[in-house]
Amino acid sequence: MIAPVTHILPLAHIRRARMLPGKGRILARVGQEVNAAYVVAEADLPGSHILVDVRRILGLKRVEQAHRLIERKVGERVEKGDILAQTGGLLPKVIRAPADSTIVAIQRGQILLEKPGEHFELKAGLNGVVSEVLSERGVVVETHGALIQGVWGNGQINGGLLQFAVSQPDEEIHRGNLDMSLRGSIVVGGFIHKADALDAAEELPLRGLVLGSISAALISAAQKCSVPIMVTEGFGQIPMNRAAFRLLKTHEKRETSINTSWNPEFGERPEIVVSLPSQGQTPMDVVEFTVGQTVRILSAPHSGEIGTLVAIRPGRVTLPGGLRVQVAEIRLENNQQISLPLTNLDVLE
Amino acid sequence: MTTSLVDAESVLAIEIGSIHTRALLFDVVDGQYRFIGAGRAPTTIHAPFFDISEGIHLAISHLQEITSRILLEESRLILPGKADGSGVDQVVLTYTAGQPLRVVVMGLLEDVSVESARRLAASAHTIITEAIGLNDRRPPEAQIDALLRARPDLIILSGGTDQGASRSIAKNVDLLTFALQIIPREKRPEVIYAGNHALVTPVKDVLSTYTQVHVAPNLRPEIDVENLSPAQDILADAEFHIRSRQIGGLQSYRSILAVEPLSAPFAFARMIRFLSRINNPGKGVIGVDLGAGNLIIASAFQGNSAVSVLPMGTGPGMAQALRTIPISEISRWLPIHIPESVVEDYLWHKTLHPTLLPVTTETAAVEQAAIRQVLWNGLNQHRTRYPNTPLLAEPILAAGMPLTQWSPQTSLMLLVDGLQPFGITTFVQDAHGLTAALGIISTNNAILPVQVIESNAFVNLGTVIVPLSNARYGTSILKVKVEYEAGNQISLEVRQGSVTALPIQTGQTARVHLQPLRPITIDPIGKDTTRSFKVIGGVCGVIVDARGRPLSLPTDAARRRDMLKKWAAGFGA
Repeated sequence: MIAPVTHILPLAHIRRARMLPGKGRILARVGQEVNAAYVVAEADLPGSHILVDVRRILGLKRVEQAHRLIERKVGERVEKGDILAQTGGLLPKVIRAPADSTIVAIQRGQILLEKPGEHFELKAGLNGVVSEVLSERGVVVETHGALIQGVWGNGQINGGLLQFAVSQPDEEIHRGNLDMSLRGSIVVGGFIHKADALDAAEELPLRGLVLGSISAALISAAQKCSVPIMVTEGFGQIPMNRAAFRLLKTHEKRETSINTSWNPEFGERPEIVVSLPSQGQTPMDVVEFTVGQTVRILSAPHSGEIGTLVAIRPGRVTLPGGLRVQVAEIRLENNQQISLPLTNLDVLE
Repeated sequence: MTTSLVDAESVLAIEIGSIHTRALLFDVVDGQYRFIGAGRAPTTIHAPFFDISEGIHLAISHLQEITSRILLEESRLILPGKADGSGVDQVVLTYTAGQPLRVVVMGLLEDVSVESARRLAASAHTIITEAIGLNDRRPPEAQIDALLRARPDLIILSGGTDQGASRSIAKNVDLLTFALQIIPREKRPEVIYAGNHALVTPVKDVLSTYTQVHVAPNLRPEIDVENLSPAQDILADAEFHIRSRQIGGLQSYRSILAVEPLSAPFAFARMIRFLSRINNPGKGVIGVDLGAGNLIIASAFQGNSAVSVLPMGTGPGMAQALRTIPISEISRWLPIHIPESVVEDYLWHKTLHPTLLPVTTETAAVEQAAIRQVLWNGLNQHRTRYPNTPLLAEPILAAGMPLTQWSPQTSLMLLVDGLQPFGITTFVQDAHGLTAALGIISTNNAILPVQVIESNAFVNLGTVIVPLSNARYGTSILKVKVEYEAGNQISLEVRQGSVTALPIQTGQTARVHLQPLRPITIDPIGKDTTRSFKVIGGVCGVIVDARGRPLSLPTDAARRRDMLKKWAAGFGA
């Protein structure tokens, strides 16, 4: 059976394509070293539109008359006040552009103008080297280092020193343990249960938060938070799995990148990357459940615990409540052996 | 019933769900079509595969393992089947995977053509991201901006009775052509035109310069006549066309399929319509299929059907459900105390890990509570959308793992609490998830679905009798006499507010006599003469649900939990 995989790797080769939402300008070159917040490409997004009805404004009966009087073509840029159409003659009626814009369509005696839109900046997302430029679309950034993937993020990107606000993976982050010494850092903690911790993270400000979990009631606040937030386990008060916590601990005070973009449809997951001078292997994205694997438990009462897959029972087992499922035997880190549905596990690879 | 099969062929039905891909095998056994087995594998539509082929291959391999029938040869499906019994003769495919199609509806009157376009869109796996009508007060450029922001995959353009309004439709077409010119070609939405039939040619001529245009019969040929069914077939075609670009590998399977692939909601609805034709003509048929992403509700009465695809499920679909359902509405179904924050955390957690199965009493209770409320909200939305949805249904068919994974007693309890049926209803469980597959197979093989339904592939959970009374809680309202075929009989009294199981074994036939002790109503819309009838016991026997409609849960939490436990015991859950 194909197993869901989460990467918690001390050393891996990481390659990420960073793409603009449309066509734009590439600002980085192949071979350039970039950090996570470096802008590698930019684009001007389409703005709002203005419809100018030439036929109606000039009081013309026929569409063709309007088209004869329009002095511009599709694709032309116009400045506010530029003439779009005029009747000519001694006392001409003139239609001028109401704003700086581009003509995007002309039909049935009407001109559609597009105003300049927002400026979009594409960040590198991780500390690494630009290995490829995808013309007008984006770049590929590569690095070697430690990789820790999460399950949810608020879509922000940044980089900074990795620091810990807690000593154990099940400890809560609250306003009290976010002090000035953590300012400008990416901070690791067990979970956040109260909104004031998010407020404090923005006030300091932090450059990132890496959590085991966050209360579902805070999802909306976390989405609005300007600090990148990555969650490794899910929603609630679930401790961070020890494999991730230990690996992060070994990189305390190191320069780290955090990219919390999250789009499960496209396999995009939030991640922490600590670039290292050694060479790693490309991680496996597809594995089958196999005895001996390190697995993580996704469901209560063992959420976030890790263990070793010691057996996959053949056939299906009936659980209380009548659920009939394929069951795996897991030996937890404290040597306790438990049985769980295979579907409640993912493989740490 | 025995039917001679002249052209007996084995059929492999592939179903691409949002979480799992399944391969279902049907073949002829002793002269009758039978369901042989199902293989299952994760759907591989997303990373790292981005192609459904791997999931299909694994599901067929699993099916091969289970049935010991050779279906693959050097990793290729053996098609057609060989004389040695290996392979299959036909393949069909249904799908629900993928993000909902983003749809913009455009029409004239908000409560007429725009509303019909909304209803049409809601019969598929869609999300309506913008609606533009005649009474839209926004200036045209703002409407164009709104249309662009909506990022549609599909636009449904309706309005005007046949030979009716044309100028206002032309205005909408102008708006649309402006928008289409701005959108890059590869991102342009397709268009279904389902308005004034007299304008088909000019509308198609203008719009097809920019995009694919599908023409459907007018949704409102007359102002007070709505005609959705033919347009639903066009929508199914358009959906497949769009999905073929979005779902990696879907197009490549087309060449081996016996019929065009169909999205599962349409196939599911087709089967419910089919059942309504062969069942009790006085009652309708309702089908519910709850998945991780969506809830499909299909209803049919005398061959006319309606289907709603609601963005509510027990996985990613829970996120949408939680945006519309307050946690307190879910928590009220909990038979044990669990803080609302814990309920909320668990349900959101499931949106991240949709395959999670509840293994503790608490998580099972939360999931069961959410399922009841999702069913209740879903059916009410369906009834609002389709006011002609039959109040009395026979049977109610339930499919989807979140509904069928429990013990039969628990499944029946969730269905009855969530759907709150009236009258006398049999609940049938599609434990193997065959309904949509049978729906698409019925396109070119009408015998197979009938024979599979008549086999034991579907589980009769039980018949539920709902006597309605105004009596106070605890009052005896009904005396029930059960007369068995062997001649023996038992009697028992039913109290207002109770759930009572009648001791009728699975498959056992008995006659039930109802003797009211207080004024009661069984059939709230008919002549209500149903006092003595024959029943066949389901897995959960026969249930008398005397709790009233709609179910009223005590506001006191402790009392409510006690009541829920008593009701569960009544179902045997």
